[in-house]
Amino acid sequence: MTELNKVNDLVQYAAQIGDNGLIIGHRMSEWCFRAPSIELEMALMNCALDLIGQARELYSYAGKAGDEGKKEDDFAYLRDEQDFRNALLAEVPNGDWGDTIVRLFFMSAYNKLFYTKLAKSTDAELAAIGAKSLKEVTYHLRFSSEWLIRLGDGTEESHRRAQKSIDDLWAYTGELFTMTDAEKRLLEDGISVDVTALKADWDRLVGQILDQATLSVPENDWMQSGSKSEGRHTEHFGYIITDMQYMQRRYPGCEW
Amino acid sequence: MPKHTTEQITEKEWPLWEVFIRSKAGLDHKHCGSVHASDAEIALESARDVYTRRSEGISIWVVPSNAITASKPEDKESLFEPADDKIYRHPTFYDIPKGAGKM
Amino acid sequence: MYGDTSIQKPIKIAEPTSAEQARLEEIFQQKIDDDIKIEPQEWMPAAYRKTLVRQMSQHAHSEVIGMQPEGNWLTRAPSLRRKVILLAKIQDEGGHGLYIYSAAETLGTSRAEMIEQLQSGKAKYSSIFNYPALTWADMGTIGWLVDGAAITNQVALSRGSYGPYSRAMIRICKEESFHQRQGYELLLTLSKGTKEQKEMLQESVNRFWWPSLMMFGPNDANSPHSAQSMKWKIKKKSNDQLRQEFIDATVPQAEFLGITLPDPDLKWNEERGHYDYGAIDWEEFGNVINGNGPCNKQRLANHIKAHEDGAWVREAAAAYAEKQQKKRVA
Repeated sequence: MTELNKVNDLVQYAAQIGDNGLIIGHRMSEWCFRAPSIELEMALMNCALDLIGQARELYSYAGKAGDEGKKEDDFAYLRDEQDFRNALLAEVPNGDWGDTIVRLFFMSAYNKLFYTKLAKSTDAELAAIGAKSLKEVTYHLRFSSEWLIRLGDGTEESHRRAQKSIDDLWAYTGELFTMTDAEKRLLEDGISVDVTALKADWDRLVGQILDQATLSVPENDWMQSGSKSEGRHTEHFGYIITDMQYMQRRYPGCEW
Repeated sequence: MPKHTTEQITEKEWPLWEVFIRSKAGLDHKHCGSVHASDAEIALESARDVYTRRSEGISIWVVPSNAITASKPEDKESLFEPADDKIYRHPTFYDIPKGAGKM
Repeated sequence: MYGDTSIQKPIKIAEPTSAEQARLEEIFQQKIDDDIKIEPQEWMPAAYRKTLVRQMSQHAHSEVIGMQPEGNWLTRAPSLRRKVILLAKIQDEGGHGLYIYSAAETLGTSRAEMIEQLQSGKAKYSSIFNYPALTWADMGTIGWLVDGAAITNQVALSRGSYGPYSRAMIRICKEESFHQRQGYELLLTLSKGTKEQKEMLQESVNRFWWPSLMMFGPNDANSPHSAQSMKWKIKKKSNDQLRQEFIDATVPQAEFLGITLPDPDLKWNEERGHYDYGAIDWEEFGNVINGNGPCNKQRLANHIKAHEDGAWVREAAAAYAEKQQKKRVA
């Protein structure tokens, strides 16, 4: 493989991890003034700040690794829909509190396993970002697990809603454990994480909490995919980008 | 602690918890406010999310507000003023000549 | 201002009903005069308690409702740096609402009660948040003018007589010191930008200037029961005093930005050592307070919807806690 391809792979990889953080962080910021209590409002915003912060570091690194002098905002604001390679799970709408908690839980369980491994990447910068992010997502996992348990084992209504959230979002979890071609190539040098190997641990972790929450794993194991590998998003994604990029598109080239 | 008069409210409010934070190693936990939470774990998480956003803490205690027993303000004189004239409890009460060295 | 209640019906101050009552009131006033803070469990006149609860809940509601105009721009922030700053700032507002609710609860009124009063329209919040945030420049203007006005008031409140409120205000002032700065910095960036950005800046300031001055409440002449609040040191400075302080501090900052403030009568008065300013449209103020501002209905509807949408979540957590409790007992 040529050096240039290697660089492209690395840029794509860092940006793609960043996309997950940005898009789910963006979704969580949509909860602003809509949460069930002020305390929970604060909690969601803490998560959003962590996740967008991760995206910023990863985009900055992607910009530095590439040779086009790109900055963090170029990744967030000047790419087209298909260029974003976040997992579909990150972009589906917030839904109710149950959907939001289940999404955060699925994603945080993945992130915890993922960043544990990324912290050992042969790429020192990715390893450092991994180590820092790990602490953040460990708290997100704790927070979302505790809430899932309360929803599952709370009232009849909350149990029903939480189970529906799990059933609805389950199909988006499989994509997390698929590898793009770039990821596969980077794995040979120990730069990327072998996410296929995380699945068994994720199943165990998720199963354990669902059990405690008196909730069950859906039987339908059909998995949606397309965003991570090809940039094929849900219909919802265009609106995220429309909102997010409005200022930069309307007033190109300005400092803000 | 606050007396709640919530008869007119149909939904039962989450109980109140007092939050104490140790700002750095070696210091006492200090009261800094309260949160509403359904149980101790949620109270702990909320205290973290609300009161340590600027690295204010390394350890948190949460205590149900109604578990605190407080002295009554009207007892202040009888509880605390008797200590005021026991000046022999303080080192400055004693005259030690300089020649005796640091003590 | 956030906590200015002079727009509402005055709270009646009852005459002491007995010699004992009169003695307690005298001791109480003596403490206030000696700058000794009043703490939750201590004796206090019923009207002092009532005034404080009203002021603090209004202040807390203002913080919480104040999240909405800025929240409106969170998903459209034009850079990632601005996005996290805005998120952190709005989060602070939620936190500050919570600190003040906490402090108010020490007086025996629950947060649930206060929220119910807000939603039924019985309790007020600062009129400023009934104006819409229409452009990105508004995120800067709100920080610079609205937070600037709020800080002017809150610094005074942090020296107030009620311990928990004063302590909450100290914490809040410390945290808020970045709010005004980030707003001003945002506007500075616009002032150095393109023609469109400069126009956006000027247009935003034009809209927010007068409503910001209204935040301090009616003129002193029309704020008759402020005197009692001053005597109790719930309020430390009069509405007009604070308004003047704010204007004096703000005019040079506007000049530095290279913008004009929309008041032809605004000019330095050498003799007074202050800026003179034009007449405030109190009719507009009255209208906004009484529900006719551009966003009153929307702000309350959002708050009520969030509260109702969250009911099942709060119930679920309470039910879970109860189950766990029973398990422990069994």
